[in-house]
Order: sequence, then structure tokens, then C-alpha cells
Amino acid sequence: MKQALLSICAAALGLTMAGQASAASTLETVKARGKLVCGVSLATPGFAAPDDKGRMQGFDADICRSIAAAVFGDGDKVEFVPTNINTRFQALQSGEIDVLSRQTTHTFSRDASLGLDFGPTVFYDGQGLMVPKSLGVSSAKELTEAAICTLPGTTTAQNISDFFRAINGKFELVVFESPDENRAAFYSGRCEAITSDRSDLASIRAVANNPADYIVLPETISKEPLAPAFRQNDSQWGDIVSWSVWMLMAAEEKGITQANVDEKLKSEDPDVQRMLGATEELGKMLGLDNKWGYNVIKSVGNYGEVFERNVGEGTKLGLTRGPNALWNAGGMIYSPPIR
Amino acid sequence: MAFLHDMRFRAYFYQVVAVGFVVLIGWTMFATASGNLAKQNIATGFDFLTRPAGFVITEAAIAFEATDTVGRAILVGIANTVKVSLLAAFFGTLLGLAVGIARMSRNPLLARLALIYVELLRNVPLLLYLFLWYSLIILILPPVKQALNLLPGVYLSNSGLVVPAAVVQSGGAALFACLVGGAAVALFIRTMATRKRIATGQSNHGGLIAIAVFLAPVLLLWFTGGFAVDWDFPTAGKFRLTGGLHVRPEFVALLFGLALSVSANVAEIVRAGIQAVDKGQWEASAALGLARGKTMRLVVLPQALRIIIPPLTNTYLTVFKNSSLAIAIGYPDLVMVSNTVMNQTGQAIETIAIFMGVYLALSITISLVMNWYNAHVALKER
Repeated sequence: MKQALLSICAAALGLTMAGQASAASTLETVKARGKLVCGVSLATPGFAAPDDKGRMQGFDADICRSIAAAVFGDGDKVEFVPTNINTRFQALQSGEIDVLSRQTTHTFSRDASLGLDFGPTVFYDGQGLMVPKSLGVSSAKELTEAAICTLPGTTTAQNISDFFRAINGKFELVVFESPDENRAAFYSGRCEAITSDRSDLASIRAVANNPADYIVLPETISKEPLAPAFRQNDSQWGDIVSWSVWMLMAAEEKGITQANVDEKLKSEDPDVQRMLGATEELGKMLGLDNKWGYNVIKSVGNYGEVFERNVGEGTKLGLTRGPNALWNAGGMIYSPPIR
Repeated sequence: MAFLHDMRFRAYFYQVVAVGFVVLIGWTMFATASGNLAKQNIATGFDFLTRPAGFVITEAAIAFEATDTVGRAILVGIANTVKVSLLAAFFGTLLGLAVGIARMSRNPLLARLALIYVELLRNVPLLLYLFLWYSLIILILPPVKQALNLLPGVYLSNSGLVVPAAVVQSGGAALFACLVGGAAVALFIRTMATRKRIATGQSNHGGLIAIAVFLAPVLLLWFTGGFAVDWDFPTAGKFRLTGGLHVRPEFVALLFGLALSVSANVAEIVRAGIQAVDKGQWEASAALGLARGKTMRLVVLPQALRIIIPPLTNTYLTVFKNSSLAIAIGYPDLVMVSNTVMNQTGQAIETIAIFMGVYLALSITISLVMNWYNAHVALKER
């Protein structure tokens, strides 16, 4: 009897193990499915939020589209999955999504212990605080004893705690799971200040009744390099995500835009020829079509276009390029050579 | 093979097979999960509980600093959950008892109002009510700078209610002893008086005597200056009131929402319990000359209690589990703290296992206590 049970156990275990061993690579899975499944934020204007026609718009959404374009030649072959701040990593670990493009900070412990890897930083951000102008505060250091609203963020709550510990001040932290409640609590005056990444604060301010009534304080209390994440131990897929992002940056550097990319196909510049797949076969090395770079730029434009369209000075968020300018324009956006 | 026809052997055999299957399924799930985690290089184990938490919890039932451990943060979450659930169950039961009795009132206005109250609360999801109460508090009440000064030292704003806090300077232990000792003696006197009344049929003033016995030592201590209390009055700080006792809107909205939802359920349970008591009991009491109120209190409610307790247990279990909706409106209950921890450490499976274990243990405790009480009030047939 015992032996029979044991052998049933062993058989069941063997089955589960065998099931795991035969997992396909992410690229094969994505190709077989016919679309990329990309995890984005819940309704964050400028980064990922549906427009009035229901089309997902935003910086993070465009990163998803550039990867889809690299794989399928069509930036619209993406299914956007809004992910909760608490379950985003599990969604990625479990294979529910292929890539996480969601204002996620690249940190050591996430990289080392969560079974995932990060692509290139797509947005150099830092945590800030926003207050109503009427409060008459010009520095975060004056906020001792204030109530501060935030999301149950990973590093956010810790950074703000560290900040006030360093200046030896007390404060009241009010934490909400839902971004809507968080905003409502701040705008109703439940909290004097709200804290998040500066890009997110710009997004929050963009939906205020009168955005001009609020200011983001000068202190940046942490560095938050936001990067797309993917499951580790799949370096081909990691390369595809990373180089899709770098292609956007390289395109800006070379002056290739969504509008002139067809014209640039005839460019004499050997770099441009390689990037757009006119010469050599770089795409094949990634397991992609040789025109993958052309497809990426054709579908979303270059890095600068993605930035300006979604979060730039002309948008409600009104962010300046700052550290997100190209390396040769004093910023930190830098693509390794595409050759 | 004769043992195959042995009833006892077969009874055991099926049970062993059933247990074996449960263990097998559990083991397979565990093995799959840990295998997958190991394959993906995801750290496992409970070491993270001893790491410093690094975040503050503003509303903590037990003292907590950012430098304390993750384990203590989870303890704070548990304490907060227990606190709000117990208070909600307590106030909800009192209110529900009143509404349930009102529901059967012969005054049609009162009965209808109670009916509307119950239906409104029972037919809309609790989460929506939590959002509603919280929004009302933070939108209708003024910001803390323009706080309403209700009484000296009592301020109401959308950051909550602030009242002067009593700080016991000396004699705290004596006061505590008087309160607890007095209560025990008073309860004893009242019980004896009730027994005597039942035995002899003569009414006595047991209840009044008990109250006097309870109050006397406390008053004595007060007048002889046996204990001293200082009041910590809130003062206007730069942004908000400092000092005093803060009752925050997140806590109030959650307590309010939970207590109202409990009260609607309790009202229905009480009504069902009372209606299940035979009409003859009312008639017999009336024939003895008992007033309606006394009939309810002395004859009907004690019998209804036997029917009320089991469904009441369910209501208490529900309020305890529903307290996890706290996360939506910013009250740091167990789930919220666990979520923050999960977010920081990435140890999802361990953290979820902890909070499932805690909910399970607390639920079972509630069940055991209620079952004990049920056995206590159940009809004892001789």
C-alpha cells in the first residue's frame, strides 16, 4: 500500500518536473501567440492610460509597441495588461506577461532575488514631493510633522522615511492601495504633501483641477532609474527588449524619425544602413526580421519623439528632458553601438 | 483477502486514501512552487522577517519605528486588524440588536425605517460604503488648518478627530486594581442577587448595590487624590495639531463601514431569532402580567439567543475578514502591511502564507469562543 502511494507521489512529481523542463523560450511563445503581452501601469496619464478611443497611450506603452514592432513588424500586436503595484513582479515571474514596462525602478535586490532582469534605463527619475502652492513651503525639509500621502510603493515609503530620519523630523504617512484614492486624499487636503517619482507627480498634477496650484519641491530624495523588466535566464529575449529600447535612442542620435525613416533607408551613413537593415544581417542574430530596427522606428518614432509625445513640455505633464537628454546633449541617454 | 470485507478495515482504508490524496495534492503544489522558485533564482525562506522594515506606520496599535523589523511591522498589522474588528463587532452588535428589535416594532414608521436601513446596508458592497464614508469625511470636513473646535481641546477636521489625551501620572496601578476588582465583586453580587430572586421570587436591589460597590472605591480613590491624571492638550503645530489623541479618518471610515455592515446582519439574525420563538411564549408572559419589554428581555431573548449564536459567529468571522478592505482607504491593517512588505522584499509566497495563517488562526479562535458560548447557552436537556 505504502509503496503504491509512494510510486503515485513519485509519478506525480515526475510529471510536474517534466512539465517545467520543456518550457519554450519567450520569443517562441510570443511568436506562437501572435502578440506581445506587456504589463503596464494602471491609468497613469503620460505613461500608460487609454485615450478617449480606448487606445493605450503613454511612454511605457510605446516601449511595449517598440518591442512588438521588433518581433512582428507591427507595433500594434500588443496586449496591454494593467498591473497592480503589488503583483507586477508575480505577473512577470509566472509568465502572465512577457515584459514589464511600468515605471519600475531597477534595484539591486529586485535584480538579484526576484528571478528577473532589467533592460536599459528608459527614464531617469527620482522621488520628489508635491505640495499645494498655498502651503507656502519651498523645501521638503520644512515638511516636518506634515501628513504625506503615497502608494504602498516599494522604495517610496522607505525613501521618505529615510529622508525624515536624516533630518530628524517626524511625519505622518498615509498609504493607499488605489492611485485614485491617493490623489483624492491629497487634493482634498487630507495630506499636506504627496510623494512619488517626479514623473508620476507630473502625471498626478496633470489631472488636478488647476495644475498651476501645485508645485513639485526641489529635493529629489532618491534616484529611480526606470527600466523594463523580463524573466531571467532568457538572454535572447533580454537582448530583444534591450536593443529595441537602444534602437529608439540610437535613432534619435542619428536623426531618424517616424516621418523620415523611409527616406533614411537610402542613407549613405553605414550606421544608419545597419540599423535599418539595409546592410548586414543584425536582425537575424536576435532571431528577428532584418528590418526590425526600421519597424521599431516606423511604429513609434525615436526616443525623443516618444518622450515629447507622451510626457514632454508640450504635454500636460510638461517634463523637460533633464537627465533624459541624449548623452551628447548633456543627458544620460546612451545607446551602445549598433554594429 | 477476507480483510477486504471487514467493515472496520474498509472504513479506515477509505480515510487513509482520502488523507493520502490531500497530502499528495498539497505536496505536489509545494514541490512545484519551490521547484519553480528555485529554477527562477527567486529567494525563499523567512529570513526577511528579521530585516529592518525601513518604513513608518502612522497608525499603530503597538509601538513601531522605521528601524524595527519587518516581523514587528506584520505584528502591527495584526494588532490593527484585531483592534478594528473587535470594535466593529462590538458596536455593530449593539446597534444591530436595537435595529433588529425596532424591525419588529408595532410602530410602522420605526419598523419601516429599520427595514430600509437593513436593506440599504445589506444590498450594496461594503467596499463602496468604505469609499463613501471616507470620501464624505475627507471632502466635507475642513482641512486641518481650519479644524472645527468643538470643545476646548477637541478638534475635528478631515485629518480626523483630535481630543486631549489622559496621561496617568501616578496611582495608575491602584486605579486599575479598583476597576477590575470592583467589576468582579459587582458581577458576583449581581449574580447572587439574581439567583436569590429566582429562588425566592422576591425582587431585591441587587443591580443597584452592584453599581454602588463598583463605583465606591473608584470615587474614594478620586477624592483622596489616590491617582493623578494630566491632560495632554493638542496644540496647533505648523501643519497639524500635535499632542493629544488622534482618531484618524481612515480608522473611523473603516470602523464605521464595518460596524454598520455588522449591525445590518445582526439585525436580521436577531429578528429571525426572535420570530422563531413560539408565539405562545408571548401569550403566556402576558397572561402572567409581564410587560412587553420585560417579556422580550427575560423570556424571548434568552430563548432566541440559542438560534442567534451560530449565525452570529458567521457575522463575526465575516467582519474580521472584511477588515482587509482597509487597504482601499489607507488603514494599515495586516493585508496593507503585508503588501508593503511583499513589495519591498518580493517574498510573495511567504508573506501570503503568513497572512493566510494569521487569518486562519484568528478565525478559528473566534469560532472556538463562539462555539463555547453556544454550548453555554444551548438548551441543556436533562
